[in-house]
Amino acid sequence: MKNKSLISINDYSPEDYYRILELAEAFEKNPNQNLLEKHVIASLFFEPSTRTRLSFESAISRLGGRIVGFSEASSTSVSKGESLADTIKTVSQYSDLIIMRHPIEGSARYASEVASVPIINAGDGANQHPTQCLLDLYSIKKTQGTLENLNIFLVGDLKYGRTVHSLLMAMSNFNPTFNFISPENLKMPEEYKHFLDKKGIKYYEHEEFTDIISEADIMYVTRVQKERFSDPMEYEKVKNAYVLKREMLINTKPNMKILHPLPRVNEIDTNVDEDPRAYYFQQALNGVYTRMAIMSLILGIK
Amino acid sequence: MEKRKELTVSAIENGTVIDHIPADSLFKVISTMQIETMDTTITIGNNLDSNRLGKKGIVKISDKYPSIEDMNKIALIAPTARINIIKDYKVSNKQKVEIPDNIVGMFKCMNPKCITNNEKMKTKFAVVEKNGNLQLKCHYCEKHTDQEHFETI
Repeated sequence: MKNKSLISINDYSPEDYYRILELAEAFEKNPNQNLLEKHVIASLFFEPSTRTRLSFESAISRLGGRIVGFSEASSTSVSKGESLADTIKTVSQYSDLIIMRHPIEGSARYASEVASVPIINAGDGANQHPTQCLLDLYSIKKTQGTLENLNIFLVGDLKYGRTVHSLLMAMSNFNPTFNFISPENLKMPEEYKHFLDKKGIKYYEHEEFTDIISEADIMYVTRVQKERFSDPMEYEKVKNAYVLKREMLINTKPNMKILHPLPRVNEIDTNVDEDPRAYYFQQALNGVYTRMAIMSLILGIK
Repeated sequence: MEKRKELTVSAIENGTVIDHIPADSLFKVISTMQIETMDTTITIGNNLDSNRLGKKGIVKISDKYPSIEDMNKIALIAPTARINIIKDYKVSNKQKVEIPDNIVGMFKCMNPKCITNNEKMKTKFAVVEKNGNLQLKCHYCEKHTDQEHFETI
């Protein structure tokens, strides 16, 4: 993984995933280490993303690294019309590693082709967000003890949600069963179902929460956004059908954990937060350890 | 009555004949091959009767031979096409075009939010579906562009 950019979850093999998760576990036990002391890391956020940026910056700070960068593009040379290639080539001169968030899809792959230092994609539009996927894997492994043979429920916007697509691709290496719960117009796209068919992985589609959730090991909930509906009436009809409430969890497995990429709006009732199955805030913390592991491996210091 | 066999488009001495182009793809082939910039004799026919295609197009280019890249391009726009290399009025080499695995700088990505539509750079695709409806997967944004949406650059 040394010097190799992380652009898409498909760039890494299951062995790479395990290596990252093992190292993340070590960082969780001992988070404050001066491993990045002699490194400068560029954090280029061409669009705001508070959570991802703070998670990376927290990871860098805990490892004693220094950060240069910006948290939105309006105050930079990009607003003067500089090309992405030029910005990346320049920042490559100032840093050992670039973390980049950009609204345009494919921008991170392109940046990795023009940069002289490795790039970590922190989200390129609706395309990829691989560190989110790896922290999801870490959360699954940590709570279930394994990634193998799990029953994964994906809930909410399965059509546009990049996190559920990446998670589906990554988990497909570990013989899962999938259950999809979504409104009709936000169903899992055909190309992903086709992919699962080809791999012989079982999946079931549902339009609402039923007793089936008692089989879940992981319930991964995403937001059903109003903007996704052309007809506001349709949204009003379905919006309450995808809200997870504490009373619905009665018959679920004790090991079951609820994950959410955050920010949450109302798709998980706040009364779920006190339930031991709620895991989304720990999941956010796991993001710091996972990102510490990814950066250390790419910089070759672990 | 004896059926007269006559060439609707006259023969060439040396060069390339691209035959069996679907009639509605002829002008795409012409623009992709940049035939308008060539200075040798070019003969173009369209809507000719074809047993296989109904209506077909044909292009005859004197004294020029296509590169592998050109043939790849033709394969994508007109998969039924046949390329005949002509030497001394005879077909010296007859080729069925083959669809390549990767394509650089030929089509636009149909995703308006793709970096290739927002920065001065070449597009790159992997051909992910070769049978039936051709599908290209963008190397950058990872979205698929299908045959219906092919737009040459």
